[in-house]
Amino acid sequence: MTRYVILGTGVAGVAAASTLRTVEPSSEIVLVGEDIHGFYSRPGLAYYLNDEIPEKQLTIFTKDDWKKLRVKYVGGLATRLDPGGHQLEIGTNGHMTYDRLLLATGSNAVPLNIPGAGLQGVVKLDDLDDARRILSFTRRARTAVVVGGGIIAVELVEGLLARGLKVHYLLRGDRYWPNVLDEKESHLLEHRLAEDGVSLHFQTEAAEILGKHGKVAAIRTTKEETIRCEIVAVGIGVRPRMELAKKAGLLTDRGILTDENLQTNDEDIFAAGDVSQVYDPVSGQSLIDTLWYPAREKGRIAALNMSGRMSNYKRKVAVNILRLAGVMTTIIGAVASGVDDDLVSVARGSSESWQQLPNTIALESSTEINHLRLMIGEHTLVGAMVMGEQKLSLPIQDIIASKADITPVRHLLQPGAPLGQIMMDFWSDLKN
Amino acid sequence: MGIQFNLENESKRREVLAAGHVVPELSRCVQCGICSYNCPIGIDVRRHAWLGESIDDSHCLTCGECVRRCPRGVLHFEMMELFVRGKE
Repeated sequence: MTRYVILGTGVAGVAAASTLRTVEPSSEIVLVGEDIHGFYSRPGLAYYLNDEIPEKQLTIFTKDDWKKLRVKYVGGLATRLDPGGHQLEIGTNGHMTYDRLLLATGSNAVPLNIPGAGLQGVVKLDDLDDARRILSFTRRARTAVVVGGGIIAVELVEGLLARGLKVHYLLRGDRYWPNVLDEKESHLLEHRLAEDGVSLHFQTEAAEILGKHGKVAAIRTTKEETIRCEIVAVGIGVRPRMELAKKAGLLTDRGILTDENLQTNDEDIFAAGDVSQVYDPVSGQSLIDTLWYPAREKGRIAALNMSGRMSNYKRKVAVNILRLAGVMTTIIGAVASGVDDDLVSVARGSSESWQQLPNTIALESSTEINHLRLMIGEHTLVGAMVMGEQKLSLPIQDIIASKADITPVRHLLQPGAPLGQIMMDFWSDLKN
Repeated sequence: MGIQFNLENESKRREVLAAGHVVPELSRCVQCGICSYNCPIGIDVRRHAWLGESIDDSHCLTCGECVRRCPRGVLHFEMMELFVRGKE
């Protein structure tokens, strides 16, 4: 009987276990993880933080689901991997052997590297324990300072606001999330945050966190300003957790390198989810996604390959839909390029493919509330940003994902044209 | 404030249920559970989304709360082609 061992209880690991159970009903599946809360919605932590859902709502599987899955759960952190001997060392649980191994160890927040970063009250939002910690601090806090960029930083800002705190948001550059949003989009969100009472500090970095009795008391900025606060929330990016793979001699780059079958350079070891950097034969690049659905899909495909059923991971157009500063926003495909100084690595909830912008023309159409940006390639739409009204979001996702030839309407896409209506009509014609 | 049975509402509900259903877009769902949490009669909408199935539950009130509350635009109401009325 083949023994499948999966490291990680996130969506990639659980999707792999579900798939293995379906295709290999009698195999042995071992799920190893150190998060005592098991499988829950990590993106949902933002909604727990801002009080939209209670904690128990984050749990996805029932006891019955686990029973049906028939996995052996081992709590603990894998500390050593011996690919030659097909062995793992797991915390104090000792050795474990495997026939096929899946590394779905996810990613961790990059810590802030300034004096005072170890003080009580410096928080991140990686897992449920982090969310609990933030909530326990908010009960005694009045002011919080958020440092970082991307989705997670704004989720922290909004969560802390919802808990009644005064929030300061420090941004290194002139605007928010410059390697995904254009200037107008950044300003729209910054304006909304300011309206909600957030103090935005541009071209400002955290220089030092000042403490009192081991707890956060204030933050000193590079502008020599001191902001009194009890919480410093950090969202400067995530790093794939690949130390185990590295030490075991597996090939790594920004993540664990795999081919399109999610297989590493060891034929019995696979990787999926945030930790994997997967080769895409279409672009010839190996990219990282820190998105929920691609992680689920990678887990599924990895499991098929682990069981000997050849299946390629086909990179789909990366999409994230979120409420940023209260504005519904859909990011689809390639939308921008460059770097964001507020992030030291890839942000949680994003895709490196958003920055793979080929030669395109950007066109936009906005009202005070709604905003649409289209990234137009020679014959296809390669990316889009839909903010506010979301009626166009699914149709445009469809047009981009299907690589629909937009030649029939290409000449209509001009500055000042009703872009939304043109795309909606085009999509309707496409569907019929 | 409870949900009161009202013959006119019930008839409207059945009409809407017969015409279509709420459908999830799997690739957008992050299983946050806001849909299930806000369903006034406790349908586990999230479970349907995990399985990629439409929400075919005869108890559905067709209130649209799950569609409206979803922060990721996962859910939308889709007419069932088989029963779509022809243009008059």
